[in-house]
Amino acid sequence: MTTHITSGSAVLEARGFCKSLGGKRILNDVSLRVNKGEMKVLIGPSGAGKSTFLQCINYLIPPDEGVLFLNGTPVAPSVKRELYALRERVGMIFQDFNLFDHLTVQENVSIALVKVKGMNRGAAALRAMEELERVGLSRRASVYPAQLSGGQKQRVAIARALAMDPEVILLDEPTSALDPELVGEVSAVIRELARGGMTMILATHQMEFARALATEILFMDRGEIIERGAPAELLASGGNTRTRAFFCKLAAEEGAC
Amino acid sequence: MQESLETVFGAMPFILQGAGITAGTVLCAMLLGLLLGVPMAVGQTHGGSILRRAIGLYVWFFRGVPILVLLYLFYFGLAYQVSSLHFNLAGREFSVSFELSPFAASCIVLGLTSAAYQSQIFRGAINSLPAGQLKAARALGMRDSVAVMHVILPQALRLSIPGLSNEYSILLKDSALVSVLGTMELMSRTKAIATSTAEYTAFYVTAALLYFIITILGVRGLRRLEKTLRIPGYTHV
Repeated sequence: MTTHITSGSAVLEARGFCKSLGGKRILNDVSLRVNKGEMKVLIGPSGAGKSTFLQCINYLIPPDEGVLFLNGTPVAPSVKRELYALRERVGMIFQDFNLFDHLTVQENVSIALVKVKGMNRGAAALRAMEELERVGLSRRASVYPAQLSGGQKQRVAIARALAMDPEVILLDEPTSALDPELVGEVSAVIRELARGGMTMILATHQMEFARALATEILFMDRGEIIERGAPAELLASGGNTRTRAFFCKLAAEEGAC
Repeated sequence: MQESLETVFGAMPFILQGAGITAGTVLCAMLLGLLLGVPMAVGQTHGGSILRRAIGLYVWFFRGVPILVLLYLFYFGLAYQVSSLHFNLAGREFSVSFELSPFAASCIVLGLTSAAYQSQIFRGAINSLPAGQLKAARALGMRDSVAVMHVILPQALRLSIPGLSNEYSILLKDSALVSVLGTMELMSRTKAIATSTAEYTAFYVTAALLYFIITILGVRGLRRLEKTLRIPGYTHV
């Protein structure tokens, strides 16, 4: 493999990602570059490939083609050690939380610290409590996921990812599975992370995130990035972009566009 | 009637000892089945294609051949053949001989058979867990072995307990077959003493009751274990 070194301060760069599943092209030459502290927002209709792309970034779904760079260095995921290191450095939040049901909230946050980072249980528990404090759930540390609301579960999932000190966090529609009244608490945590300078790639249908927090919006359809640009550019009123048309369609039900 | 009862009471210590051996055989077989069944289930769900096929073959063999045939095959065939081995290693003659007791042979055959069934109970439980569990563990940087050990199995084993309870009661009934090897368990002793006293009804009713009691004790024990390990608020569908 030729060695590529990316320029600038990109924390993560995915270059030329392609993926086919069952003979169908899911991703077609998708590239993305995110610098420190930036939030890239992926939007697009269901089936556009947003979720597959995010899961290709940490090789939960191995891409057929494409190279991933972390801090300018290409990652060789076929080397197991590099694959595990990549996943340690790139956190992920899932749409349906995926908390470990047999562990308490605190154990959910500390298990990877013990089993992956090799911390002792006491230190890991303390660290877990710090992260739970950060998402406002330290008082629920000893309960089990089944005893939490959807919004609380997602906040625990965020604490679990943060505890690993990731350089980038991938968020796969983190509020889509939530009842409308629970979206706010999760959005608030994500906004707080963005203010704190966390580097993030977020797939969402929420215009609020895209408009207020995105450094760049990438509109995906049929496995390709169709448009990309700053929110002000793509969402400008009177503009004629696919992104704006998409959001207007979503907002039409609420009469907001 | 009075006479029959007296005969039964008189033979009770002898019968109860047999019940103990039956319970011991089933316990050993369950444990062997668990020790082999769990890795087999993990191999079938997360292993490579050759491993999956090999385990599949094992399961089909033990599910397809009657226990009685396996008992004869193992005890009078295989174990007898290898009980005295002579081999030549680097020019020196070695000979190893051992004697397998009917009890050990019974535990091994029942255990190997139970492993085939238990592996399918565990496989079903592992497959019933949401795929997101393994995905989340991997996303945190866990190796698959760590994820299976600390995320998948603790949940799957909990879900397996009702199935294991079923397997236990079937295994207990199958254990009556080991009397053909000469293991002096509940069935052998009942048969022996019923024949010698001609009190067939009284002794077989007693044996049936004892089998029933051992079943109840085991099933209740597993139910208690299930309750103890229950995850608060968790109702798996």
